[in-house]
Parts: sequence; C-alpha cells; structure tokens
Amino acid sequence: MNIVVVGLSHKTAPVEIREKVAFPPTEMETPLRQMLALPAVAEGVIVSTCNRVELYAVSRTPEAAVIELKRFLADFHQLAADKLSEHLYDLEGKDAIRHVLRVASSLDSMIIGEPQILGQIKTAYGYASEYKTLGLILNRFLHKAFSVAKRVRTETAIASNAVSVSFAAVELARKIFDDLEDKTVMLIGAGEMCELAARHFVNNGVKKVLVTNRTFARAEKLAAEFNGGIAVSFENFREQLHRVDIVLSSTGAPDYVLSAKRVKEIIKLRRHKPMFLIDIAVPRDIDPLANKFDGIYLYDVDDLQGVVQANLKGREKEAAKAEAIIDGEIEQFQRWLTTLEVKPTIVALRRQLDQVRKTELEKTFASLNALGDKERKAIEAMTAAIVNKILHHPTNILKQSQNGGGGDQYVDAVRTLFDLPESTDAQQDEAEPSVDN
Amino acid sequence: MGTMNLLFNLTTLIYLLASICYLMAMLGKRPQAARTGRWVLLAGIILHAACFAVRHSTTGGAPVTSLHESLSFFAWCLVLLFLLLDLRFRLSVMGAFAGPLAFLLMLGSAVSPDVVVQLNPMLRSWLFPVHIVFAFFGNAAFALAFGAGVMYLVQDRMLKSKRFTRIYQLLPSLGTLDKVNYTCLSVGFPLMTLGIISGAFWANTAWGAYWSWDPKETWALITWFLYAALLHGRLTIGWRGRKAAIFSIIGFLFLLFTFLGVNLLLDGQHTFEAFAQL
Repeated sequence: MNIVVVGLSHKTAPVEIREKVAFPPTEMETPLRQMLALPAVAEGVIVSTCNRVELYAVSRTPEAAVIELKRFLADFHQLAADKLSEHLYDLEGKDAIRHVLRVASSLDSMIIGEPQILGQIKTAYGYASEYKTLGLILNRFLHKAFSVAKRVRTETAIASNAVSVSFAAVELARKIFDDLEDKTVMLIGAGEMCELAARHFVNNGVKKVLVTNRTFARAEKLAAEFNGGIAVSFENFREQLHRVDIVLSSTGAPDYVLSAKRVKEIIKLRRHKPMFLIDIAVPRDIDPLANKFDGIYLYDVDDLQGVVQANLKGREKEAAKAEAIIDGEIEQFQRWLTTLEVKPTIVALRRQLDQVRKTELEKTFASLNALGDKERKAIEAMTAAIVNKILHHPTNILKQSQNGGGGDQYVDAVRTLFDLPESTDAQQDEAEPSVDN
Repeated sequence: MGTMNLLFNLTTLIYLLASICYLMAMLGKRPQAARTGRWVLLAGIILHAACFAVRHSTTGGAPVTSLHESLSFFAWCLVLLFLLLDLRFRLSVMGAFAGPLAFLLMLGSAVSPDVVVQLNPMLRSWLFPVHIVFAFFGNAAFALAFGAGVMYLVQDRMLKSKRFTRIYQLLPSLGTLDKVNYTCLSVGFPLMTLGIISGAFWANTAWGAYWSWDPKETWALITWFLYAALLHGRLTIGWRGRKAAIFSIIGFLFLLFTFLGVNLLLDGQHTFEAFAQL
C-alpha cells in the first residue's frame, strides 16, 4: 500500500489557478465520493485552503492513482487537464509521507510556522471521516501528521516570535514592561501601520489610547475607533507625553516632531519610568539620539524590520530541527506501512508458529529419552502438519484480502493478535520489492 | 556524624542536579527542564533543613560558627528566597544563577574544615542566632537583587542595541526585573538593618560595647549606607531600572567583601577562629 499526494500550492500555482481548483468547504461530499470511486484509490482526503489544494490517497497502484487523481482534479473543476498539470505535483511513498508531515507542521507554508494549516488539515480529516472516505492507513497517517505537527510546535521555536512589524512592536513592549494593562499608548499622526500596531496593543491589554493629529477632526475620528480613546490637539500633545508609556509615531512632518532634548525632559517628568518609542515615519519623527537616554527604547521602522528579519531567520533555523523530527517519524510510519504487506505478514506468522512448534518439541523430546529416531520424525511431521492445517485458512483469507477491500484490517489484526515483530531481516527482504512498486 | 555527612553530600548533589536542570533550560533546548529544577531545588532545601536539624541535635548550637557551616547556611537562605521569588514572579531563568551559586557555596563549605566550634561561653546568647539569621537572609536577598541586576543590564543592552541573542527570549521583562530588584531590596534592607542592630546588642552582652569598629562592622556599615542610598533614591527621586541594577551589583560586591573578604583578609572579632579563641 502506498500513500499518494497530488496537488498544487502557492509555490507552484498563482492565485488565479488556486482559486479555480479550490473546493468549497460546504460541498465536500461530492468530490470526496467521486475521488473514492476512482479505481486505483482505496482511501482519500481533500485538503483545500487558499494557499493549497491537495489530494491525499492510498493506493496499491500509485502510478495509476496519480493519473486518475490529476484527471479527477481537472474534470471536477472543468479545466483543461494539460494546462492544469503544469502546476501540479505528485508524490508517492516516502516523499508523499514527508510532504504531508511538512505541510501539517507548517514547514511548507508561505510564512513558515503559521498555525492555521494544521487546523485546515484537521477540518479536511473531519469531512473525510464524515463521508467515510478514510480507511485504516489514512486514518493512522493523518493522526500521525497531527502528532508530528504538535511535536514540531512544542520541541522547536518555529512558531515563536513575531513576523510582522506591528506584532514585533507588541513583543518588544512585552520585554520592556511587565504588564501592558495599565499602560498608555499615544498615536502621533495617522499612519496605517501605527493604527494596526495600536490595535495589537489594545488586543494585548492596553486600555488607554491617546490620539493626536495635525487635523484635530481626524484625531477625534480615530480616537473614537478605540474604546476609550482620547483625542489630543497637536499643539499640546507634548505636554501629555510624560503620561504615555508607548508612543507610535508616523506623521508626514519633514523634521523631528520630538527632539532629544524634549525626550530628556519627559523622562525626568516620568521619574525615569521606561518609555517605548516607535517611530514608523519616514523621514523620522523622533530624534534617534533619544535612544541614548536611560529608560528610553526608540525603534524606527528599520529596527523593527530588522527584528522581523531576525525572527524569520530564526524560524528557518528551527525548521531544520523540525525536518530532523520529521525524518525520524517518516521511518517509523513506513515501518508500520510495511507491516501491512500481506506476503511478509504470512511469512512472519508462519515463522512465529513454527518457532512455537520447535520450542515445544524440544521440551517434549528432552523428557522422552526412550524415543527412537523414527518416532521423533513422525512426531515432528505431525506437528508440522498441525501448524499447516491451522494456517491454511487464515493464509487464504489474507491472500484473498490483497485483492478485495479491507485487506489492511486483516493484516493489522493478525499482526496484533499474534504479536508479530514489526521488522526482521528476512521480512524486510520480502517486503522491499512491494515498497518500490 | 555519618547521617549529617550523608545529608550534606546529598543536598550538594541535589543542588548540582537543579543547576543542571536550570542551565539546560537556559542554554539547551528544553525549557521544561526549569520546572523539574524547581521541584529538585525544593527537595534540596528540605533535605538541607534536615541536615541542620541533625547538626543541631549533635552540636547543640546554631549551625553558623565555622566557615563550613556559614556557607552552607547561606546556600540554604539563598535557595529558600529564590523559590519564594520564583513563586511570585516566575523567574526560572534566575535559577541558572541561584542554583549554581548554591552549589558553589556548598562546595566551598565542603572544602572548609568541618570543625564543630564550641562557642566561647561569653558568646552564647539567644541574640547570636537571631543576628545570624537576619544577616544571612538579608545577604541572600541582596544576592538575588544582584542576579536580577545582571539580568536587567543584559536585557537593557539588547533592547538598546537592537541585537538579540538566544537569552533574550528567556529573560523576563525589564519591568519584572525591576520589580524583583525592588522586592529584594525592600526585604533585604530591613533584614540587614535588624541583623546589624541585633549584632550590636549581642556585642554588648559579649564584649560590653555595642560597636567597636571591628573591620567587619565597618564594612557592614558601609554596605548598609550603600543600600540605604539606593532605597532612598528609589523612593524619592525615581532611581530605577538601569541605575538601580548597577547599584545592586556594586552593593553586592561590597557585601561579598564584608561577608568573605573581611574574614579571609582582615582580623577581627568576626573571624571564625576568634569565636573559639576568646
């Protein structure tokens, strides 16, 4: 049995293509049923997000499955198959397993580490199990993917640290102040990025927002958008600054709106309580010299970009750790997949029972010294015949199940009931060719 | 004696174990290790307390008459205060400072000769243990203020220069560190004051004079003035943050000299030999 992936993502297809191939979440029953009806597909899941559309399938004949799945994707959306196929990728076996684990762990995302994708795959799993297009293998595989994604999230720092300027500002503030609840934010000017950052601050507990603008009406309008926001006239906002802990500045002024000297005075008025100044304006609003004073932390737009870049780099570094985790898990899963092969299972089952037979024979012979060679041979032949008789029917069932559906369940059951080892050398030799199929 | 040594060595080992946990949490990739460290450390102070109890039952005195005993008692005070602080502020990073420091103090204690000093009868008074307990808990609080001060400076440096290392993620906010500094100061300073006062009363019963300008007394007074200045500055003119951090670091260096340097380098009534000789 093989895992097959066919799909496209933000890496291979522009949004014009992605939107045409997307499956609306409310109508998943039809495509899932059609997918399962494909002759080469035994189990199937459809993952459809704005950045990717992927079909995960289990098949005994992966090549055929890939062709069928590609045709299904084109036909279902009424697209020209050859035009669509240039955006499609197809993976099978180990590569397919790795791909799905990477997607679930958000290593394949546009922004590495973003958390939504795991939820989206869980939703896809939900639809597939609702419409019963899942079998033993995909069920187990997707659960594996969820647990790997969780491991990656907890064991690496892949999702920590902000990757947007406005979030980076909030994170920095959290490192300066112990509590944002009792802090006051002042917006100087009405830049979009400042407004966004201010919203993040409010979402993170800041209660008091002051807004100032050269046009007082605009200040009032913006202040009204924040619960409890207060507009301050541009002429005397400087007199309010010592009551403010976080300043977000983005005016269009050609010169500094806040001089270093003024900042120094404010610090004294504040009795050296720390102050976080965020200057997103270009040209800058606050004299960069102000950063020198004790308790003043001044960040301009480049500084914040620098933080974001460093965070992104940090995520990439963490991604390497995540890949290592995934590598280990692939092997584990593949080993399990191999055990579902019928032939090696029969071999292992035979070996297990033969082992029991031999051990018991030896015990018996050891206590029956009077037996001659002839008798011994007869008893041995008899025990071997018993084992063969017992195994005859189960072996037949297992062999037949290879062709019909539900074979994996039998194999899995036999493995569990007889406690067959996951891998022995001989078994792997037997199993190797079927993995390469 | 055997049980005591066993308990002592076990405690030392446990402090080492806790240090490893905390350092792993800070330098390694396992932030969960700090939680283990906390429990290990808690086990450590309980064992350590048992160690003192056994010692008291055999020697009968307060366990602080030799350098061996003092260092060990200091380690205990430090760990206890750290755990309380951790409970209040969630300061597991500081465990990477308090844990190893406690372990080093235990090592120092282990290599100092373990003599049971029979206190000179003149020095026996209930004021003696009171003096010691106040002084040592005060010192431990200042040691933690020192740790918070160093962390503050590191964090402040990174936020100002906008270059962040791995430690940045682990350090608490400047605001928290400053609060820790203030908490340690407001706990440590009264303790130190009481330590000095009880010491003076004890000196009066032992030597017949409240204050005799013995080197340790002089240095303790200098250190006391330093911390008094810092507390005053905090309360009246808003000394905080970096300035308070630097002050706590300098204050602790003075304290170290008072605690160890004076005993090791200078003579006076507070040397451990003097306890027995008088």
